[in-house]
Amino acid sequence: MSPVVKSKGERFTLPSKYLLLILTFICIILMVLTYGTSIFDVPVNSAVGTVIVPFEKGISRAGEWLRNRKDELTSVRSLLEENQRLRDQIDSLTEENLILTQERYELTDMQALLGLSETYYSYNKVGARVIFKDAGNWYSSFIIDKGTDDGLAVDMNVIAGGGLVGRITKIGPNWARVTSIISDGVNVSGQVVSSDLTLMVSGDLKLVDRGLLNFSLLSDPEGLVVKGDKVVTSNISDKYLPGLLIGYIDTVQNDANNLTKSGTISVATDFDHLSVVLVITDLKDYDYE
Amino acid sequence: MIQRILIAISIPFFFLLQTGVFTYLKLGNCIPNLMVLIACIYGFFYGEKFGCVVGFFCGLLMDIFFGNMLGLNALIIMLIGYINGGFSELFYAEDIRLPMILLTLSDATYGLMYYISTFLMRGRLSIGFYMTKVILPEIFYTILVSLVIYPIFLAIDTLFRNLKLRKELEKQDV
Repeated sequence: MSPVVKSKGERFTLPSKYLLLILTFICIILMVLTYGTSIFDVPVNSAVGTVIVPFEKGISRAGEWLRNRKDELTSVRSLLEENQRLRDQIDSLTEENLILTQERYELTDMQALLGLSETYYSYNKVGARVIFKDAGNWYSSFIIDKGTDDGLAVDMNVIAGGGLVGRITKIGPNWARVTSIISDGVNVSGQVVSSDLTLMVSGDLKLVDRGLLNFSLLSDPEGLVVKGDKVVTSNISDKYLPGLLIGYIDTVQNDANNLTKSGTISVATDFDHLSVVLVITDLKDYDYE
Repeated sequence: MIQRILIAISIPFFFLLQTGVFTYLKLGNCIPNLMVLIACIYGFFYGEKFGCVVGFFCGLLMDIFFGNMLGLNALIIMLIGYINGGFSELFYAEDIRLPMILLTLSDATYGLMYYISTFLMRGRLSIGFYMTKVILPEIFYTILVSLVIYPIFLAIDTLFRNLKLRKELEKQDV
């Protein structure tokens, strides 16, 4: 007799083997369905948005508090004091700037940092708070406290402290996931400011610890690109707006094919201490048709 | 019933703990994997069914927020929970060695499976690096956290077992 069949007077129970089988099928079907599409995104994302996100805001405050305590224990006191003072200063400045006009922020922080085109200043931006970070150790992404309700959408670019952080890859009504440019497998088309040469910037888990990114496909036969050159997003990228600061060239080496060069870039943003980011609400205009 | 509700609440609770608190308390640049941890513990305590259902929802939560597709983490952690549940007959709650060994193996399995499915597939071949920089620190930290969490689970479980026992005894008396 099959173990699933209910016999008289016995409570119906599903053997664990069958349960495992059913759940495995559900997983596989989900994977197949969601690999290329986003059919479940709207209901699922809004459901977790109402259940998880409100709690997370409070809990991550506690996390930040704990981290500060841990920092106190691990670093030299004098350094910590200075660090704390500077961070407080940064926080208050950030806060102040967010409350005041976004234009003020751009002028003080970014204009000093970059000599960029006019369009850069005219992007519309919205401030958002980082509420929690990736649950694993493999990729680098984080969740911010604004979503479709605040007018955000997938593929919007995110910056912090004047440098590019990443772009929104998943969104719910009150949260959005930002995938960092340092995340393994993320590619950004970049451009060296001084010489207008294009290159491909890609995140690599091996380099994250040292705050570096890989670059490749740099065609520079005259050797114009040197250490310290500024790298920004290029205008041929289809997801990233042009002229956002990525970082500075760290090392350059010739590829085996002797035609292109590759190397590393040190990132402009401090990804370990992100708490407030700016989302650029302008999307890059592109037509696939 | 109360116990089941507690288990259901504990899943988002540990997810919040992992993403909201431990991401700020990195050790060796890694955070512990509490999702695998609770799937394992519920597996040991309550058997295969609980292990696999808890694992499924834990993984799904990770997928919704951080995965590129739904179901990958859910599948891996569910299998881990199920296999650990198979050991529930074998283990004595007071003996901490078996759960720790199983947890180590489970987290290693999770790391390897995740590496194979998302990194190896993209041609990231240097497994030595990922082993020493991601998988091993994660296991170490998870074990460290479990040494704190496990006794708490044990205490709660003992409490419920005693309550149940008392109820049964009362029934027998009547």
